Amino acid sequence: MSVDAQTAEASPAGPPPEAYKGSLWERYGVTAVFLAPALIFLTVWIVYPTLSTIRRSFYDRDGSSFIGFDNYETLFTDDTLFTAIRNNFLWILIVPAFVTAIGLVFAVLLERVRFSTAFKVAVFMPMAISLFAAGVIWRLMYEKDPAQGTVNAGIAVVKDAVTPSGVLSNARPSTDALQGGPKGGLELKDAIQPGEVAQLGLTAIRESEVPEGAEQAVVPEPLAGGITGVVWRDFKPGGGTPGRLEQGELGLPGVTVELRDDGGSQVAETKTEPNGTFRFEDVEPGTYRAAIGPETFQTPYAGVSWLGAGLILPSIMIAYIWVWAGFSMVVIAAGLAAIPRDLLEAARTDGANEWQVFRRITIPLLAPVLTVVFITMLIYVLKVFDIVIAIAPGSVQDDANVIALAMWRTSFGGVNDFGLGAAIAVFLFLLVIPVLAINIRRFRREV
Amino acid sequence: MRYGSVFAALAAALAFAAAGCGGDDGGGGGDAASGSEDVSGNVSVMAIWAGEEQKSFQAVIDAFEEKFPNVTVKYTSGGDNLAPILSTAVQGGNPPTIAALGQPGLMAEFAKQNAIKPIDNLQAKIKDAFGDDVAAAGEVDGTQYGVMYKGSNKSTVWYNVATFEEAGVEAPKTWDELDQVRDTVKAAGITPYSVGVDLGWPISDIFENVYLRNSGEEKYDQLSKHEIPWTDQSVKDALTIMKDVVGQSDNMVGGTDGALQTEMPDSVANVFSDNPKGSMVIIGDFAPGVTETTLQPVTGYNVFDFPSIDGSKPSVVGGGDLFVKFEDTPAADAFLEYMTTPEAAEVWAKRGGFSSPNKDLDLSVYPDEITRTTAGALAKAETFRFDMSDLQPAGFGATAGQGLWKGFTDFVANPNNIDKITQQMEADAKKAYK
Repeated sequence: MSVDAQTAEASPAGPPPEAYKGSLWERYGVTAVFLAPALIFLTVWIVYPTLSTIRRSFYDRDGSSFIGFDNYETLFTDDTLFTAIRNNFLWILIVPAFVTAIGLVFAVLLERVRFSTAFKVAVFMPMAISLFAAGVIWRLMYEKDPAQGTVNAGIAVVKDAVTPSGVLSNARPSTDALQGGPKGGLELKDAIQPGEVAQLGLTAIRESEVPEGAEQAVVPEPLAGGITGVVWRDFKPGGGTPGRLEQGELGLPGVTVELRDDGGSQVAETKTEPNGTFRFEDVEPGTYRAAIGPETFQTPYAGVSWLGAGLILPSIMIAYIWVWAGFSMVVIAAGLAAIPRDLLEAARTDGANEWQVFRRITIPLLAPVLTVVFITMLIYVLKVFDIVIAIAPGSVQDDANVIALAMWRTSFGGVNDFGLGAAIAVFLFLLVIPVLAINIRRFRREV
Repeated sequence: MRYGSVFAALAAALAFAAAGCGGDDGGGGGDAASGSEDVSGNVSVMAIWAGEEQKSFQAVIDAFEEKFPNVTVKYTSGGDNLAPILSTAVQGGNPPTIAALGQPGLMAEFAKQNAIKPIDNLQAKIKDAFGDDVAAAGEVDGTQYGVMYKGSNKSTVWYNVATFEEAGVEAPKTWDELDQVRDTVKAAGITPYSVGVDLGWPISDIFENVYLRNSGEEKYDQLSKHEIPWTDQSVKDALTIMKDVVGQSDNMVGGTDGALQTEMPDSVANVFSDNPKGSMVIIGDFAPGVTETTLQPVTGYNVFDFPSIDGSKPSVVGGGDLFVKFEDTPAADAFLEYMTTPEAAEVWAKRGGFSSPNKDLDLSVYPDEITRTTAGALAKAETFRFDMSDLQPAGFGATAGQGLWKGFTDFVANPNNIDKITQQMEADAKKAYK
């Protein structure tokens, strides 16, 4: 009210003549008039909401009854919120240090490169997009399926070059007669002797995945002194009877079939015909097992679960560091440019090597700049929010939770508990205050 | 001295802010009082509908205004943030006249705060038009507060027709048949299910359907109100049945890990595609709306009712938007009453993207075959139950990464950990019901 009244009095052009020389009005009134717009905005948007939030944090969810410190008790006893606090501390421990260190490395190294501006622009580029957009980009890059996620696609290129995927990567045995797994391949449970026929039925093969040229499967005639058999897709529309070769079921051509002796070592190897049949001639008497080697079932690289519960925290941190490294580099590079060259040269003349110059001259001279970057990052990291919500899938938001996100989820994300949300906000506020205080004191000292 | 003046100014500004705030409150109250005296009246309505849905609802409003020319209805979309917007508006003493709430839990909360007004005078009409089960969804402790104008049927399973043809299977009617379909589709080399676990609620929908069919309405109601614990054997049984779907990694597109990161719209897109990654997706009737597809309804993708378990009768777990009033005015009453009529339902039903729980609505007004199936099942269901997670306190039943949603994601991640997961659910429930 009083500010309002003063504003009204002050608005006529020019102060009254008798108050012209150093009156109270002159000394305080004019100051107040000039401060008024900023003050009003600060009050409406900062001071009032802050006080209201603090008051709200002592009330229950619908704001009707005073509950003292109950919300703060919940804050420190609830598992979800505890994870959020713990994660925030990990952020504080890891991220500012990394951002500062990476920025320093870039800044120092880029000083010696020819097209340093181009590099600087490239590193600084992420700053041009919003954190949320950066989060969306990284969410896509982190997709588990190598066909979608860039990160896993990169790994897949290397992995698949080392172990190429097999022709029937998803196939499974159709009955228990075939045993084994992708590691050792599939093997017929019952031993066979020369003159007998082996039937290896496979299923879970898409129609479109059946190798080209496949024909109706047939059970081959037994062969005296040899072993014959068939590998076929033990499926027809509707399912068919597993284990029985029926009309409409296709042979699987080009599959490598192994003949193993009792000890499990391979004695012969052959490939199947278009109708799925194979034959081993001139087999010594004895008992054998027919098998399909593991390379047939080698599955393509499935990808690392970057967005899973285990890796989500580091994944988000990497994305965040990627965004802020540019900022840190630019600020540090500016500080670096301001270092007097003669100091460095004097050190070199005195016989210091590059590492010593960096360690003993550059770093100490850069210390104020490094501190500014570090503290700025500390404040930003304390209130990190948008990139977490953008990257973390809902199923792992608990594992990736941070204080600011917990506050939002508690107040607006469905819980609608404004009391607890306000308590989290106040807690976050308290955490930021010491850092702010340090920062302000530093500014004072410098000015 | 400098600080002194700053603080003085600060104190002044604070006084100003406080005064301004008080003035606002008084003004809001005054407006409401004068509005209630006006017989023809203005009605402000708030709901989540935006875009195309907003246009359709506007058509309903136009039809209403034609019948009540002296009532002016103004619609504001709250979008996805409707619940927080309304909670804040109620706290600030400035709610809309009428709102459509998606969560009965929120309705119960508002009723407890006396923010919404009973509509018992409409109860008979509502029971007549919608049946006892749907009417009950709008009740709080026996008092009628809400009219469920728009419903949704969450007891549907969508499938890619080409994959069913390739595997040579038909749409199943019972859970055992569904398991056979799963095995056959799998044997054909196609992944049977696409599951979007990301936020957990699609799994909670599956659970509710299984639970209602396996344990019956009585248990369902008890569990909804937390009269039996989540560690009850019936919950464990339902989860065990659900393992038929999510218990094995190779049942799901992308395996368990992939499913955990799949968002609901993607889980639908995986099935509604020329090159499908999965054959079936168990999700509500809204599925066609969440993804772009080149497939045609019925011939490209189709739907069947959630299968019955051990001979359970036709049951629908659904959701709906419940109209409630925050102010007692004749205009508001007229609007709510209009919402119980089949005419009001028909306006939107014709435009598509709408299912009415109104039993008097002629199914032929729906524009397509699929909606006729899903909306028909909703209106004709012998048992209707509101989505259980929406009946819980929101922090337990309907919040990402917490309570039930979190429990169901954990269940997909560790399907053999049923005991521990139900214990955690019960612990969370106790906290929420405290």
